[in-house]
Amino acid sequence: MNTLRVCALYPDLMNIYADRGNLLVLERRCAWRGIGFQLTPCGLGEPLDGGTHDLFYLGGGQDRDQRLCAEDLIHTKRDALHAAAARGAVILGVCGGYQLLGRSYELGPGEQLPGVELLDVRTVREDHPRLIGNVAIEVSLSGGERVLAGFENHGGRTRLSAGQAPLGRVLKGYGNDGRGGFEGACSGNVIGTYLHGPLLPKNIWFADWLIATALGIDVAELTPLDDTLEDAAHRGARQAAGV
Amino acid sequence: MRLQPDAIGVLGSRLARGSVLVSATNGKTTTAAMAAAILEREGVRLVHNRAGANMAGGIASTLLAAAHGREAIDGELGLFEVDELWLQQLAVQLRPRALLLGNLFRDQLDRYGELETIADSWAHTVRDVLDPDARLVLNADDPVVADLGRGRARVVYFGVDDDSLALPHMAHAADAKHCRNCGAPYLFEAVYLGHLGRYSCPSCGQARPVPAVRATDVRLEGVRSARFTLHTPTGAADVALPLPGLYNVYNALAAAALAHALEVPLETIVAGLESAHAAFGRAESVPIDGRELRILLVKNPAGANEVLRTLVLEQGEHDLLGVLNDNIADGRDVSWIWDADFELLAGQVRVATCSGTRAPELALRLKYAGVEPERIRVLPELPAAFSLALADTPSGGALYALPTYTAMLSLRELLSADGKARSALS
Repeated sequence: MNTLRVCALYPDLMNIYADRGNLLVLERRCAWRGIGFQLTPCGLGEPLDGGTHDLFYLGGGQDRDQRLCAEDLIHTKRDALHAAAARGAVILGVCGGYQLLGRSYELGPGEQLPGVELLDVRTVREDHPRLIGNVAIEVSLSGGERVLAGFENHGGRTRLSAGQAPLGRVLKGYGNDGRGGFEGACSGNVIGTYLHGPLLPKNIWFADWLIATALGIDVAELTPLDDTLEDAAHRGARQAAGV
Repeated sequence: MRLQPDAIGVLGSRLARGSVLVSATNGKTTTAAMAAAILEREGVRLVHNRAGANMAGGIASTLLAAAHGREAIDGELGLFEVDELWLQQLAVQLRPRALLLGNLFRDQLDRYGELETIADSWAHTVRDVLDPDARLVLNADDPVVADLGRGRARVVYFGVDDDSLALPHMAHAADAKHCRNCGAPYLFEAVYLGHLGRYSCPSCGQARPVPAVRATDVRLEGVRSARFTLHTPTGAADVALPLPGLYNVYNALAAAALAHALEVPLETIVAGLESAHAAFGRAESVPIDGRELRILLVKNPAGANEVLRTLVLEQGEHDLLGVLNDNIADGRDVSWIWDADFELLAGQVRVATCSGTRAPELALRLKYAGVEPERIRVLPELPAAFSLALADTPSGGALYALPTYTAMLSLRELLSADGKARSALS
């Protein structure tokens, strides 16, 4: 039997927007399908083995915690994450986690957090209001176009390099910088997004896409589940965003 | 209503005994209600924003309603609960003689921002705004709040001393894990509620202050009441609190510590606490159609966790009406329900009716918390959801309503409009 092996990076620090909900959804949906589920937390100072996990999750945190994690990522986890990405493991960063997957995050004059450089993006916190609200984006991952809906709340503006693909096109909301019309970034199976809410419960198709991709199978191979409530929550989140 | 900018300060200065401010993430309204019950028993005439309107507008209205003539006001002491973000501005205007700070939890991040931001603003208020002679009343068990008293004289700390209440581990959504003084992670010897407990910093030695006002021998009696022994520097007494849960024991301790700082005798404090009523929508009980409706406001993870923890002290399977709104006053972001420990309800739900503007999201949360989907139904319109949930509740049984803030207001409106519960709510 398959087992989905998930590594939660800094779950006690990078969890501010109910990131636990994302992990819970992965766990339950595996359990309901008879797929094994293994969750390994990896915290400050702990070494990371990039070869023993199928999916890495990095959530959002307060500034102070994000600073601690940025340093630690560079020093103890960067190489393992690059090795994991190279062999096709899924790496998902949400909000602060997304920022740390990029090249750098400039918090203010003279303060720049380093990123692990898995995504070719740079984030700058500008002296403008935070970008807060319901958001919906259109993404295209292996197949047709689908909608992700959630909530965003970020002070940083993220800019993609010319060669970096976004995760999706903004239908409603701000996205990366409130201007360019794009949201998140995606390189292979490394994905960064500002959508929390949390993301996976109300976008169950995306949760299943992550599970299948991390296991190296096709989504169609996953046992179908009764998603009446999940679909209703997705509609609710889209409605809240006005899509 | 247009007011001159310093109207609150001008009207507040009419109060012969000055003002007292109460702020916290959770428990402001209840704590202020308890303090009012104590102070009124002592014969103090209060000007009090009882209904919980706790920003500048609400406090200005409260003062205006009490003021008359050019200089007079009905009341001698202002007792104001204050929104966390408005504390600084209102403290500048009202120059309080006492300030009570109860707790700081993760709350409505889309409105309040990070917890550290509020902690910094409170620190500034205490350091630069609060009169040096003013009494500061702080929760010793909340490291962020207790730290505000560092280096200050005349602080009254309150806290719980009862290890039988300690949780096996810190709640998932706990914040404030790092020392405000040096940044190292705190060591917790006991965790009572969220990040409240007995802690110390292994790096700089900063530790929980010894509380002058404390509770021992706490007994939680389901959703109805709690008992504890109250200790103050003037003595000790048993308290039968007509409100449930450890969170209300904390509210009672806060009110007792404030009253102690205002030199109210212990007997009066105890009598006041024992006569306290549930504040608007907080553990209110309404008899209706041969059932009992219990309204338990939920609005952030820490508060919801305490409500859920208290609810499951009651045996058996429960009828629930969960109402999740995402209006501005609730927070537009409903993420927080995934941080609250709804897992406590698994195996304890007979029927859960989910309502409100984000009803399906709440239903989904319950499903992933382990409540069987067959027991969950979704009815976004509150009147229909309420009628059905009530009709399905066995006669003589209890329906537990868990509404967010605006949902609680709608539910109360519905009850009054029905006339069914007018007497109970009046």
